[in-house]
Amino acid sequence: MNETRAPVVQFLDVALRLADGRPIVSGISFDVRPGEILVLLGRSGSGKTTTLKLINRLLLPSEGKVTVEGRSTVEWDPTKLRRRIGYVIQDIGLFPHFTVARNVAVVPTLEGWDERRKRERVRELLDLVALDPASFADRYPSQLSGGQKQRVGVARALAADPPLLLLDEPFGALDPLTRLELQRELKALQARLHKTLVFVTHDVREGLFLASRIALFREGALAFLGSPHEFLRSENPEARAFVKALKDTDTTANE
Amino acid sequence: MNLIDFLLRNRAEFITLTLQHLFLVGVSTGIALVVGVPLGILLTRRPRFSPSVLGLANIFQTIPSLALFGFLIPLPFIGGVGARTAIVALVLYALLPIIRNTYAGIQGIDPAVREAGRGMGMTDRQLLLMVEIPLAFGVILAGIRVATVIGVGVATIAAAIGAGGLGVFIFRGVAMVNNTLILAGAVPAALIALVADFLLGRLERHFAPARGQLAEVRAV
Repeated sequence: MNETRAPVVQFLDVALRLADGRPIVSGISFDVRPGEILVLLGRSGSGKTTTLKLINRLLLPSEGKVTVEGRSTVEWDPTKLRRRIGYVIQDIGLFPHFTVARNVAVVPTLEGWDERRKRERVRELLDLVALDPASFADRYPSQLSGGQKQRVGVARALAADPPLLLLDEPFGALDPLTRLELQRELKALQARLHKTLVFVTHDVREGLFLASRIALFREGALAFLGSPHEFLRSENPEARAFVKALKDTDTTANE
Repeated sequence: MNLIDFLLRNRAEFITLTLQHLFLVGVSTGIALVVGVPLGILLTRRPRFSPSVLGLANIFQTIPSLALFGFLIPLPFIGGVGARTAIVALVLYALLPIIRNTYAGIQGIDPAVREAGRGMGMTDRQLLLMVEIPLAFGVILAGIRVATVIGVGVATIAAAIGAGGLGVFIFRGVAMVNNTLILAGAVPAALIALVADFLLGRLERHFAPARGQLAEVRAV
């Protein structure tokens, strides 16, 4: 097997249990291939966010093994691991006391880059997410719209050029038009930068649009894994439920 | 005017008592700060201890000040008559607002901010110094302000156990039924409290809420 095609992330029969033994997720096995957008799809509470947090070691598995770049997350130094992985969450979590520029430069700052290199990188990244550096770099997060904030969130996640990005319903709180715009831009961005993305959503339309492959979660287990094309034809009951919901909204809208 | 006349004639004693007063408040608030801020931060890391620690601090603050002095006097090492006992009591009074505001200020930070920080690979120390303390700073300052103002007030009573301070004039005035003497202690003490409140209030507004973006974080 070609070395560069080795999976970026690998789940090997992973379970995470609460203190009382009840599983939040169990029996999870899958690979994340380099350069793909893997969408983790599922209802609320199906275990997709938990699975995401197992990748950047915000959670550790109770059973099985999660590896990133071939090394188990248990062996990774958590801060080193997280600085190699971009992380974008629905609530964004921009630091309100930092300007946009300082927010974007958080990981470079932690990594000790010099000021000039940071400034250049911030300018480059703001351009990348279609925010004019001249007018946005010195603003505070409270002076931005929801869509602008999430653009900064994505720029921040890309700052240290991590090969892997984790996105947890990043566009969930945005209005439908802004959401569509950001979905398109994210897809274009990924095609240009060749990053590997793991994207959590409960929105099947968003999943189908973005995914190279869809991993469908149901009650803490992986119910289906395959391409969007396979997903639409799947006989899996949960997949069919999602596809049916998609068709129903379309039909209703067309009536 | 009688009062000014009196203070001028007794300025040596007046200055001594004022300095004693400032010393009592300064030292006790300083100790409470050094103990209370780290304790408040610790509680945010181990929140299950917060009800017992805050409860205990609350008990100290609920005890009437003269009674608290009374409780402390018979104790070995920290007790007895004099400034040391007064400082112990003042520290106990100052702890609650400082611990509580440090804890509440940090707890009040948007959880997404903390998750983002951890997710980007900040160590706990970096998260604390770069994010949590700066964002909670205004609320912590509000606690320090409350502690200082309470301290100035309680310190006037410290004269009753021989700790000095402006309370000496007040108690002497009460004993001698001399209004001028009472005012010679009461007016400067009130002025110190007002000035401290004003200065710390300005400092607080300068820092908090961090550039108007933390409207949800308020002192409890």
